[in-house]
Amino acid sequence: MDKNIRFIQGNEVCVEGALYAGLDFFAGYPITPSTEIAEHLSSRLPRKGGKFIQMEDEIASMCAIIGASLTGKKVMTATSGPGFSLKQEALGYAIMTEIPCVIVNVQRGGPSTGLPTSVAQGDVMQARWGTHGDHAMIVLTASNHQDVFAITVEAFNLAETYRTPVVLLFDEVVGHMREKLVIPEPGVIPLVERLHTSVKDGVDYHPYLPREDGRLPMSDFGGVHRYNVTGLFHDMWGFPSSKPEIVQGLHRHLVDKIRNNVNQIMRYKEYYLDDAECVLISYGSSARSALHVVEQRRPRGERLGLLELQTLWPFPYQMIKDKCKHAKYVLVVEMNAGQVLRAVKRAVGDPERVFLANRVDGVFITPTDIRNILRIIMGKGA
Amino acid sequence: MAIKDYIRERFFPHLWCPGCGHGIVMNGMLHAIEKLGMSRNEIVMVSGIGCSSRISCYVDFHTLHTIHGRALAFATGVKLGLPELNVIVPMGDGDALAIGGNHFIHAARRNIDITAIVMNNRVYGMTGGQFSPLSGYGTKATTAPYKNIDHDFDIAQLAMAAGASFVARTTAYHVKQMTDIIRKAILHEGFSVVEILTQCPTYFGRKNKLGDAAEMMEWFKDFTTPIGSKAKKENDDLIERGIFVQKEIPEYCEEYDKIIEHAMKGS
Repeated sequence: MDKNIRFIQGNEVCVEGALYAGLDFFAGYPITPSTEIAEHLSSRLPRKGGKFIQMEDEIASMCAIIGASLTGKKVMTATSGPGFSLKQEALGYAIMTEIPCVIVNVQRGGPSTGLPTSVAQGDVMQARWGTHGDHAMIVLTASNHQDVFAITVEAFNLAETYRTPVVLLFDEVVGHMREKLVIPEPGVIPLVERLHTSVKDGVDYHPYLPREDGRLPMSDFGGVHRYNVTGLFHDMWGFPSSKPEIVQGLHRHLVDKIRNNVNQIMRYKEYYLDDAECVLISYGSSARSALHVVEQRRPRGERLGLLELQTLWPFPYQMIKDKCKHAKYVLVVEMNAGQVLRAVKRAVGDPERVFLANRVDGVFITPTDIRNILRIIMGKGA
Repeated sequence: MAIKDYIRERFFPHLWCPGCGHGIVMNGMLHAIEKLGMSRNEIVMVSGIGCSSRISCYVDFHTLHTIHGRALAFATGVKLGLPELNVIVPMGDGDALAIGGNHFIHAARRNIDITAIVMNNRVYGMTGGQFSPLSGYGTKATTAPYKNIDHDFDIAQLAMAAGASFVARTTAYHVKQMTDIIRKAILHEGFSVVEILTQCPTYFGRKNKLGDAAEMMEWFKDFTTPIGSKAKKENDDLIERGIFVQKEIPEYCEEYDKIIEHAMKGS
């Protein structure tokens, strides 16, 4: 048997993806349903010379990975809703200071302690807007193990490319279900390594002066360039500044480096969209039920298609508008009260053709749930 | 290297008030580093939020000015990421012991090789004079206009109870002792806590009618005494200065290296 074939939980797939991407440092705190990520990494990381630390709380875990990232390490933390709430201030710090890191949120039911062991997708908006102030975010997700692996590698690549935190927004079903994973050979998925400055010792290094392509080469702590990192608005030296032109410039840079690259960051999968008169839009584990419905109905001649989003933020408005151009109906399938639904309504232009199939009761959304909504939309009665 | 070379003069003037004790501490700290002959590239200064935390911006090391209360958590990541670096964390009393209290005791418990320098001026200065966990019963502050009924705690005792392997206290008046203690704290392999009583004439001094900066420093001279002194035995209200604890116990990063060694054998 090929040793690269595994039958494992989604959380462990995320671990495999992170290690493939070159993870060297993980800090975490136990929380259901993400704990297995910490457990596996506590065993796997030291075997490759990496480090795992269980911190005293969720906030400290987020802070510790930011600190470790500055020493040149590829870093990650993992949590679920309550912990993700606690990490938000430090996550904003990583945005402001442009420090690459990956944050996994295996979603459970909320708000508050909610449903610790049940599935939900209620953190889509929190992942976008959870930290204070205007900012841009990269948030990725996936629905099956092969994609969880690839998107985890992608998260590290995007974190390095854009010098920003990247959120992996999985859910309890994806995290805990077991299915097959084929681990690619090293080199099959390209890796983005940290971009280090070529500025020599003794020459002024400006840590926060973007190159022409918008990227900022880094210098690791302990290296020859000493500079200041601060969560305050700062100038090209990293020194605090409240000069309006400095504030405006940094603000624009932080938002534009992501917004202007929506097409590079956008990941999605499409099934039978070419002639679809009803486009289902889904992501994460919900997309599994949506795909089931589409594949079951196609042989009957029903023109259903599925657009599976893997990049949730920056939201691919234009792509969705294009894909839904000829659709009579658009049905968003998700396990929250309609968080992606609203964004899709904005995207398609005529929101009256956009509908929602959802569950918010901690129970996984089934193909039957989706078919019931389809019947109502298509005027076939409940 | 001259002390001046440790400072980022480009970023002066600093934001501290006239008479503030933080500049004295920065001076003491830089003298300690100079005496140790350390290269600027091997020092990382990590700080949180508050007047004292601004020290990190003014010194020419690798500097990380973070969020309120979390400096030790960031510092833990830096230190574990690259253990050969010397990590120094200047903190205020509110930053270290109110919002950051949990990180303080857990860094002590792990005995990770970080030097925490707690500038205790018994007040939140940056936000304009609110009481801190170190203000003490009966003091006044902008959020305790009648009187403060919160009791303070003893930073040194707390640090010792939490497992810190080096714990000391000094004041902004006793600069020579301060420099000596900071030097020893940096050299110490493990979590070191140095509490430095500093004056905030602008808020704590004014609200509590303690006089100007010089008078507040006189108070440090008159109301502190070396650990175990005869004066302490005669007057228990005196605050003790000096090194309370300096013990060799396994350091966290070294322990983790052993874990790696063990795990690598098994794989």
